[in-house]
Amino acid sequence: MAITTTLPRELDAVAGAPMSYWRTVGWRLARDPATLAAGAVLVLIALSALLAPWLAPYDPNAGSIRLRLAFVGAPAHLLGTDEQGRDMLSRLLWGGRMTLVAGLTPVLVAFVLGTGLGVLAGYVGGLTNTLVMRTMDIFYAFPAVLLAIAISGALGPGLPNTLISLSIVFVPRVVRVAESATVQVKGLEYIAAARASGAGVGAIVRHHLLANVLGPILVFASTQVSLSIILAAGLSFLGLGVTPPAAEWGLMLNALRQSIYVNAVVPALPGVAIFVTSMAFNLLSDGLRDAMEIRA
Amino acid sequence: MSPGNGAPPLLEVRGLRKHFPLRGGVFQRTHAWVRAVDGVSFDVYPTETLGIVGESGCGKSTLARLILRLIEPDAGTVRFGGEDVRAATPPRMKRLRRDMQLVFQDPYASLNPRLTIEDAVAFSLIVHGTPRAEARDRARALLGRVGLDPRLYGRRYAHELSGGQRQRVNIARALVLDPKLLVLDEPVSALDKSVQAQVLNLLQDLKAERALTYVFISHDLNVIEYVSGRVLVMYLGEVVETGTADALAQSPKHPYTQALFASAPSLDPDHRMERPPLAGDPPNPIDPPSGCRFRTRCAFAMPRCAQAPPTLLAVGARHEVACYLYEAEATVAAPAC
Amino acid sequence: MWAYVGRRLLLAIPTLLGASIIVFAMVHLAPGDPIAAVMPAESSQAEIEATKRAYGFDKPLPVQYLVWLGRVAQGDLGRSIATRRAVILDVRDALANSLVLALSSSLLAFALGVALGLLAAFRQGRALDKLASAIAVVGVSVPHYWAGIILIIIFSVQLNWLPAMGAANEPGVLPYLRHIALPTVALSLIPLGVITRVVRSAALDILSQEFVLALRAKGLAARRVFTHVVKNAAPQILTVLGLQFGFQLGGSVLVEAVFSWPGTGYLLNLAIFQRDIPVLQGVILVLATFFVLLNLAVDLLQTLVDPRIARH
Repeated sequence: MAITTTLPRELDAVAGAPMSYWRTVGWRLARDPATLAAGAVLVLIALSALLAPWLAPYDPNAGSIRLRLAFVGAPAHLLGTDEQGRDMLSRLLWGGRMTLVAGLTPVLVAFVLGTGLGVLAGYVGGLTNTLVMRTMDIFYAFPAVLLAIAISGALGPGLPNTLISLSIVFVPRVVRVAESATVQVKGLEYIAAARASGAGVGAIVRHHLLANVLGPILVFASTQVSLSIILAAGLSFLGLGVTPPAAEWGLMLNALRQSIYVNAVVPALPGVAIFVTSMAFNLLSDGLRDAMEIRA
Repeated sequence: MSPGNGAPPLLEVRGLRKHFPLRGGVFQRTHAWVRAVDGVSFDVYPTETLGIVGESGCGKSTLARLILRLIEPDAGTVRFGGEDVRAATPPRMKRLRRDMQLVFQDPYASLNPRLTIEDAVAFSLIVHGTPRAEARDRARALLGRVGLDPRLYGRRYAHELSGGQRQRVNIARALVLDPKLLVLDEPVSALDKSVQAQVLNLLQDLKAERALTYVFISHDLNVIEYVSGRVLVMYLGEVVETGTADALAQSPKHPYTQALFASAPSLDPDHRMERPPLAGDPPNPIDPPSGCRFRTRCAFAMPRCAQAPPTLLAVGARHEVACYLYEAEATVAAPAC
Repeated sequence: MWAYVGRRLLLAIPTLLGASIIVFAMVHLAPGDPIAAVMPAESSQAEIEATKRAYGFDKPLPVQYLVWLGRVAQGDLGRSIATRRAVILDVRDALANSLVLALSSSLLAFALGVALGLLAAFRQGRALDKLASAIAVVGVSVPHYWAGIILIIIFSVQLNWLPAMGAANEPGVLPYLRHIALPTVALSLIPLGVITRVVRSAALDILSQEFVLALRAKGLAARRVFTHVVKNAAPQILTVLGLQFGFQLGGSVLVEAVFSWPGTGYLLNLAIFQRDIPVLQGVILVLATFFVLLNLAVDLLQTLVDPRIARH
């Protein structure tokens, strides 16, 4: 991966004063309508998930046999009810919490662990590098979906197991990116200059290396969030993730799947939520990549 | 042997060697070695400038990094102020690094894009325990000295500067620790001619002001002639000739040195193209020719040149050459270093 | 180059062994007694003893692994807990169905993605480009299992044009195509998005190169420029196609679950549901082997097309 950190000259002219790298990135993001829109959607989704206990009109787990599969726009149930007569709006709000936690946590874990391992392998090199990277290669023997399902399948259902299996999917990916960025930056002369000035490994990694590899790693991690959310919901969809009666988008989609002959719209709603969230994350990471000018 | 006063050398390099393995094949076995630096010896005396000249790929940059122990040599010693650099413990090495600094060739890759230039310069001081505020003040003062007004440029980032300005930052960064020795690895070769002259003059002024000692590495003979007192000519990892800049300019001995001078553009109309210019590219340092490494491009090559490498022979006062052509002339007994 | 090919082939061996270790470890990842994980609850004592011996459960783990690996190398993936059939037989049948589905969806994604990507590149910045880019983002963002459900709702429930579930029972090409149509479309969405993006950016790269500008400046016919772009972008596009095909094979679990398509994903899903660990292991091992070999083939093909790669 080539990392381009130089910014176009005209930006300086526009901005007047010199800007730090991250300020320039922020400045660019703030002028990108698609990214801003995606960001706004995500803020909205995150807020509604966070405030679900106060926003949800009903108890997400309280059903009613008489009010099963009410249509969208039904009186008192804005988004209808599910196969057990539970309010869809309330369940979608609550479900967002689970899906977001199950989708974001693995990428976060992978970002931290993967950066640590990748920088270690890239900076130390030699046998350490071979050991770390060949181990990561093993996980590349499985397509992401298969690996997640295999590990979850063996571990059994439940949110903690979902987090473990998805983290195992994403850590090796981040390690690869972190390692290659580290190797590239390590070869640059400013690292040699820092060594020549007598700086120890710690100071070099902290002040010179991390500042220059975290950006590309962050961009890469952001591209994985959408996949992680789709997989997290997918595991629940297969019955391998969050367990009933908890509200989770993938789980809801699976439960409602049998009801498509009765009500064609309500069963689609949890999928819409997954889709919108995943697409917003994709647009956001596209915008971030453009703003940081990283070419894969 | 030292210029003037007979002081002991500041830097003594003896038999320095670095071969890089080339791996390949199914099992990534080492099948060849790049002989980047092969048995190089020289001394540098306080306050002189030793120029090291040679074509690209002759091992100059590797030599610079070996002197500063940024890479470990396979053999040979480097003594700085009489102290064996290779034997230095990590704390001692850290202290030594304050006294010997390096200015890099590439003004773009040598500055951290995430640091303001005053932070880049101050970093070295902070590493050595100077308080942050003081380090920044000293960095700003030094930036001013190298011609970058700290009020205008101090908070800028490297990408906002021109190549010449970046190279001034690099010089400031190298000098902020008050080193005694500065190794300059092609410090101006990436710059425009007009900017080159400004940076060279700055380096000359700083040297005089701070009583610095320079090892100045370049492929550009004009630059080397301009800055150096003594010159070392390298070819494929080996020293082929060494002498004062004047001696080399007036009577280069080694056919390679002669060719270098012949191919360097000269402004003097009486001093043009008397000798054969260099033809072709230097052979691959992976598999250098046997005997004298220059023989494949040499107009005077003899059968014996292929048999054993010639050793450095004194051919004049402080003038040595490694070439069989001068065996008869080699009268001055004492080797130069 | 041949050294690179040899090295790449050798590197695949530790990767495969590593993958087999992960698959082997799954028995021990599963909660509870490993015997319980590979045996039905109502097994007789003799059966349990036989399995113990076969797996070598009484021996240390490395020995168990080697014993297991030796059996796998002979094509013995154990017996299904649920059906008592040899796992290899189930996997073989399922793999055939999955391969067909992966192939059909890859072809669809490839045809549409290349067309969209090229159109977008040649109409850069215009409406068509924006549309293609939007399709690409949607393709990589959409949860394909949900897309499958939507397809069922539209084409099976509402329009009643195509069957919603399973493979064809009656013989003939048409029923087969009717059953495979919807899963194919659902599974093609992600690769469609990826391929569109890659083709667009590869074509734009080539279009912006100086010699292409020169060709255009010389008034070269648009068709010649087009041929030139396609020829130069081909290696990159083929690589992506190969990799995507691999992902399709392993990524079809969710889509196969939605459509009850009797492939490896469906088998895997069933195995998980019935906690049939031997089948789980067998399916994953076979798919991983396939995936590694496919990646290897793509790598080597790339080296043939562009020998510069070998020098890295």
